[in-house]
Amino acid sequence: MKRKIYIYKSFERFWHWFQAILIFMLIFTGFEIHGSYSFFGYKNAVSYHNIAAYSFIVLIVFAIFWHFSTGEWKQYLPSYKNIKAQLDYYLIGIFKNAPHPTKKTVLSKLNPLQKLVYFGLKILVIPVMVISGLLYMFYRYPQNGAIKGLTIESLEVIAVVHTIGAFLLVAFLITHLYLITTGETATSNLKAMITGYEELEDEKNKEEKEEIKK
Amino acid sequence: MKKIIIVLLLLFLIVISAVSLLTTESYDESAQMKLKEKYEVKYTSSVDHTKFSILQRKFTDPRDVTEACISCHTGRAQEVMQSNHWNWEREEYVEGKGIVYLGKKNALNNYCIGSEGNEKSCAKCHVGFGMTDKMFSFTDPKNIDCLVCHDNTETYVKASEMGGAPEMSLDFTNIAQHVGKPKRSNCGVCHFLGGGGNNVKHGDLEIAMFEPTRDIDVHMGIEGVNMQCVACHTSEKHVMLGKVYSLSSMNRNRSTCEQCHTNTPHSDEIINEHGEKVACQSCHIPIYAKVNATKTHWDWSTAGKLKNGEPYEVDDPDGNHTYLSIKGSFKWGKKIQPEYIWFNGTANHYLLGDVINDTSKPVKLNALNGSYKDRNSKITPVKIHRGIQPFDPLNKMLIQPKLFADNVGEGAFWKDFDWYRAAEVGMKEVKLPFSGKISFIRTEMYWPVNHMVSSKDQTVGCTECHTRENSRIAGLTDFYMPGRDYSPVVEFAGNALIVLSLLGVFVHGGIRFFSRKKKND
Repeated sequence: MKRKIYIYKSFERFWHWFQAILIFMLIFTGFEIHGSYSFFGYKNAVSYHNIAAYSFIVLIVFAIFWHFSTGEWKQYLPSYKNIKAQLDYYLIGIFKNAPHPTKKTVLSKLNPLQKLVYFGLKILVIPVMVISGLLYMFYRYPQNGAIKGLTIESLEVIAVVHTIGAFLLVAFLITHLYLITTGETATSNLKAMITGYEELEDEKNKEEKEEIKK
Repeated sequence: MKKIIIVLLLLFLIVISAVSLLTTESYDESAQMKLKEKYEVKYTSSVDHTKFSILQRKFTDPRDVTEACISCHTGRAQEVMQSNHWNWEREEYVEGKGIVYLGKKNALNNYCIGSEGNEKSCAKCHVGFGMTDKMFSFTDPKNIDCLVCHDNTETYVKASEMGGAPEMSLDFTNIAQHVGKPKRSNCGVCHFLGGGGNNVKHGDLEIAMFEPTRDIDVHMGIEGVNMQCVACHTSEKHVMLGKVYSLSSMNRNRSTCEQCHTNTPHSDEIINEHGEKVACQSCHIPIYAKVNATKTHWDWSTAGKLKNGEPYEVDDPDGNHTYLSIKGSFKWGKKIQPEYIWFNGTANHYLLGDVINDTSKPVKLNALNGSYKDRNSKITPVKIHRGIQPFDPLNKMLIQPKLFADNVGEGAFWKDFDWYRAAEVGMKEVKLPFSGKISFIRTEMYWPVNHMVSSKDQTVGCTECHTRENSRIAGLTDFYMPGRDYSPVVEFAGNALIVLSLLGVFVHGGIRFFSRKKKND
């Protein structure tokens, strides 16, 4: 039995979409600053990038608070169970219309691959981007600068690390945008993230499902 | 939940306004207006020199004028005689050389090379009279030429090759009665025409600056604030603020933009921060030699060619010499984009007799010091004048040739066109050895570009430097600059990652699409 279940809470959706806009802005203005193209004009790109960056930091603070106060952070703990099954699904099963190997429930919204990738983003990529970004911003030509204790010989390491993170985020964005079409229907994941509701297998019919599997 | 969203939105607004407040330096917008008002007040002299009885006589000798001046302006002669306008040298500390008295006596350039032995001609730009040879008295106050700087009639002219004496036909009485603060014309007559012609040396100081438009120089523009040189180059006891780095080495006594405009003249904090590492001039002087060309190359090695036994000249369509038998070949440039270097305000100098061991690179006659890592260094625009000049390959020294003399046969190159004799006589006069061998060596002179400041709308834009192709500071490679620099490895790997991701998406999506279609069929 399938039921419409409220899976993404309003803060979660707000956080997701705000973050999506900010990351897109940061990527778009960031690569202009990087010299890849010109669109807004260099000066504008820098100021938009900085405003988006500050906003993103505020959002992150709220998101961290939300994750801990609701216990949602546990959803992101990677588990190695079913990773192979999930990979098999993406590489083979999906073309044969096979069912998803893991169930999406309110308490376990993420499949093992998602857990791994999002965990990596939260623990590694985003913190590295925030820290390198802040250093980039406050790299006030160090010897004369505002932060005297922070002597950075060169911007190069900071900038290169920040660029690596940016490329990873672009790659994530591309893959993420594609993989949201791999839900029950091509748009069910998108709808869920907009409305909060998704048609999911009812937890109560667990036994019934087990039988189907057999 | 709605409450949280509202709170978040409010917080977001607060952050944005905080950010915009933080990034805006509390800059007093009226500062610029106050400066304009200050410098638009016309200076009026407190006395009228036409009324002084001591100036009511007929002057025929400029020395008598000087005597009259210093009879009232007591003590001033001593000030002048301690200034570098008089001594043509400064006490300077040069790294590696210690304290040196640096000046035209011992420094060489790659224009007319040096003044030693050529005083009679060069003294046209000395604030004195009677420098006909080395025996000039630097202690006789009557030798001071007050009028060359203080004449306000714009009629005072020094004669050519007369050791600094003026044209004797001048109305000295009228000139003496109309003296005052130096005007652009007083300074310009030497500083615009140095090196034997208009704009030969600096590139940013030329006769168009006598009465410049605002387009040429935003400060001195006659339809604008119409500032005089001495508005910025203020003086204390006849010591002028500001000096040229062809003949000075220390980071002191400089005339700076900041003395009026402060360290934070922009409303944008990021632009103000650029000032930590970028000189104001780098952005505010996008081009120099705006009106007339400046000399960029001087090749002495071709000098001495004669036509029918006579020296000759070749000019370009603008009238600039491209060849002179007495001086060699030249290249000129107009509306030039400066070159950029790191500069911390100190310089090193090639001095007469210095030995050059590395002849593979051009010799920097006045190397300007600085690097990214040096906290006092700023990116500074310069004119680099490139020369090829006589060199003694055995003694490894630049040669000071004898150039000017009254008569043929005295060894002067400009009369005899004989490098060997000119070198022999010239080096003897400066008491240096000469091996008898002459070759030519490449040299460079660095001229910081400080004038011809453009208006705000002409300022160098971000992407003239922050760009991968043709960055203005492409030559400064000792630091990482956003927009210009990147790690090629990261760039390649990053782009490959994006391409592979897209490829993966399309292949995977394609197979999904067709396998589903198949099933539906």
